[in-house]
Amino acid sequence: MRKAFALTLILGLLVAMMSIPAGAQDDRWDGADDLDTNPLACGMDDMMEEEMDEDEEEMEEGDDEEMMEAMEYDGGMVAMGDDMESMAGMDIVLVDVPKLVGIGYFAATTQGQQEAAEELGNVTVTTDAPTEANIDDQIQVIDSYITQGVNGILFAANDPVAISPVLRSALEQGIHVVGYDANSEPDAREWFVNQAEFNGIGKAMIDSLVDQMGEDASFGIVTSTFTTPNQARWIAEMWAYASECYPDLEWLETLEAQEDAVLSFQQAQTLINKYGEDLDGILAMTSVATPNSADAVQQADLCADIAVVGLATPNDMKPYVNEGCVRDVVLWNPVDLGYAAVYVMRAVIDGEFAPGDTSVMAGRLGELQVVNGSEVLLGAPFIFNADNIEDFDF
Amino acid sequence: MTTIEKQKHDTQPHTFGNRLRNILLSQEGILLLITIVSVLFLATRSAEFLTPENLLKQGRFVTEIGLIAIPMTYIIITGGIDLSVGSILGLTAIVLGWTWQELGFPLPLAIVTGIIAGTIAGFVNGFFIVKVKVPPLIMTLATLALYRGLAEGISEAKSARGYPEWFFQLGQGEFLGIPTQLWLLIISVIIFGIILARTQLGRALYAIGNNETGARFSGLTVDRYLMFIYTFSGFMSGLAGYIFVSRVSTTRSDMGTGIELDVIAAVVVGGTSIFGGTGSIAGTMIGVVLIQLLKNGLSLTSVTSDAQIIVIGCVLIFAILVNNFIQSRRQIA
Repeated sequence: MRKAFALTLILGLLVAMMSIPAGAQDDRWDGADDLDTNPLACGMDDMMEEEMDEDEEEMEEGDDEEMMEAMEYDGGMVAMGDDMESMAGMDIVLVDVPKLVGIGYFAATTQGQQEAAEELGNVTVTTDAPTEANIDDQIQVIDSYITQGVNGILFAANDPVAISPVLRSALEQGIHVVGYDANSEPDAREWFVNQAEFNGIGKAMIDSLVDQMGEDASFGIVTSTFTTPNQARWIAEMWAYASECYPDLEWLETLEAQEDAVLSFQQAQTLINKYGEDLDGILAMTSVATPNSADAVQQADLCADIAVVGLATPNDMKPYVNEGCVRDVVLWNPVDLGYAAVYVMRAVIDGEFAPGDTSVMAGRLGELQVVNGSEVLLGAPFIFNADNIEDFDF
Repeated sequence: MTTIEKQKHDTQPHTFGNRLRNILLSQEGILLLITIVSVLFLATRSAEFLTPENLLKQGRFVTEIGLIAIPMTYIIITGGIDLSVGSILGLTAIVLGWTWQELGFPLPLAIVTGIIAGTIAGFVNGFFIVKVKVPPLIMTLATLALYRGLAEGISEAKSARGYPEWFFQLGQGEFLGIPTQLWLLIISVIIFGIILARTQLGRALYAIGNNETGARFSGLTVDRYLMFIYTFSGFMSGLAGYIFVSRVSTTRSDMGTGIELDVIAAVVVGGTSIFGGTGSIAGTMIGVVLIQLLKNGLSLTSVTSDAQIIVIGCVLIFAILVNNFIQSRRQIA
């Protein structure tokens, strides 16, 4: 009898233990991944002021990352055979393989890379990628450049795991690998230029929503797909920040729109029609979803009632920002992102940037900090609004 | 060799010259010639192209397309089509990853479950095409969306990762110096090539493609053959799904998107008539190889991906035109 009781107790405890983490995960908003989150401190420090003073801002970022900086280098190592000469200071040929070609965002990163190559004078960068964001095609493109032989590969991964074997084989053959925009597994590349930390974006999005619609706003999310790594991470970080800092915010629903213009518009419309008066805001997670959500809100004549906050390129958002339908567009500067990636690659090949370093010089961007072991942080997210959006053209 | 050619062949005197001429001027012979010319041309442009390492690596990339192209050849010979193969590949991958990671199946069981799911998906196609008489194009267009939707629903769009090392043997390992999965493709091609060319099943498929009503009146169990080939297509797509997961070490619900077009292109370039009745596994495989080597060779000669699509499209049209021209001349002669 006692044995049976003890057994039930143990079983009960086991079940409880298993259900606790499972239950905690269930609370997450749809489209969030289940990795650990790291929300930033609450409060709306004046974002714009932070943007103005870059030095101060970078120091603050450093403070936030104090624990992270202690992390050891976890990137991969390039193979150095005896027959391989150092390419330090010599002309190098790089290939850039973004997720896909033919969209404004990666055209902007390419522009930044060309600017950096021109400034440096001893770097040639070619951009080549599939015309659709397809994991297998991207692997084959990278593979053929490895066979062809280049000095370095810059990439933005369509899938962090799937791309890793081919990148590792590049490292094994003495080709340097630096990622930007979307990461691979850390040991499959040397450095990753992180456009903005996920928790930074998460905070900026939620802060902007709360600032516009109050701490008890109800909102929906339009994302690409639930698996797209960046979007899933941002949603998880938004969830973590919101549940810590603004528990009264009400999340209604996340809808997938595949980075498709028509579908994004329809999904935003779905949110508007389904929740009516209850909908105070739309958080749009892709550069396609944001302008199309804004368009849907504008066409429904609800600019004053629904705040659209999203990630997008300024050119797409100028009409909505200038007409006052959208106040804040959250992003980093993709031109700077591509620019930084080339500078990081050059520094790696020149031997000026090695595991253990805590910062790297990146031309006009100045000194960039190393975070998370082997990532180079571009800076805090950038907010485009009516005051500054006309200064940008991409 | 197709039935029509066989008849022609039989009416001619069996001299060595005639036989050689027949082989060279067959669909497959001409396609092989075009492939060899393309390969030689690309080899002069890039020193890395015609090396054993590069070619074996391409074999690794092409196995999934090659495996699915086998049943696709069968299906197109009967005058049908299967557009859902890419979605079945994705569904298999997701069922494999999900049963293993979420339901806690042992990995070998999860692999089998995934392939069974693919086979069932193919059977459902066959069932509706045969019993409910839904045209294959419509049916598989519907399941193209349905199976992809199922994959996304089951996975909740999460990807399964972290497979043990042995799992990658098939997709990333080697056996006797050749990528493991390529062995599977070679063996399948030999077996199913012989079945198509030399057995009753093969002859029945040609008969159905040439004249389905006639085949029925001749006492062929047409329904059973059709049901079999669509189920077989599901099985091979499932197998390809397993290989794909093993190769890229992760499962995602968008795996295999668009692969149906690559497969159908290879089959049609390989000389299988989209109207049914003619075609061979050898031709299909030459088609698969031609497309992959063009893709690879062009990127090694620094033609960017967007320009490649244009060049490949042109070469494919050229190959089909030349073949049509020569075959019609032969008919007249």
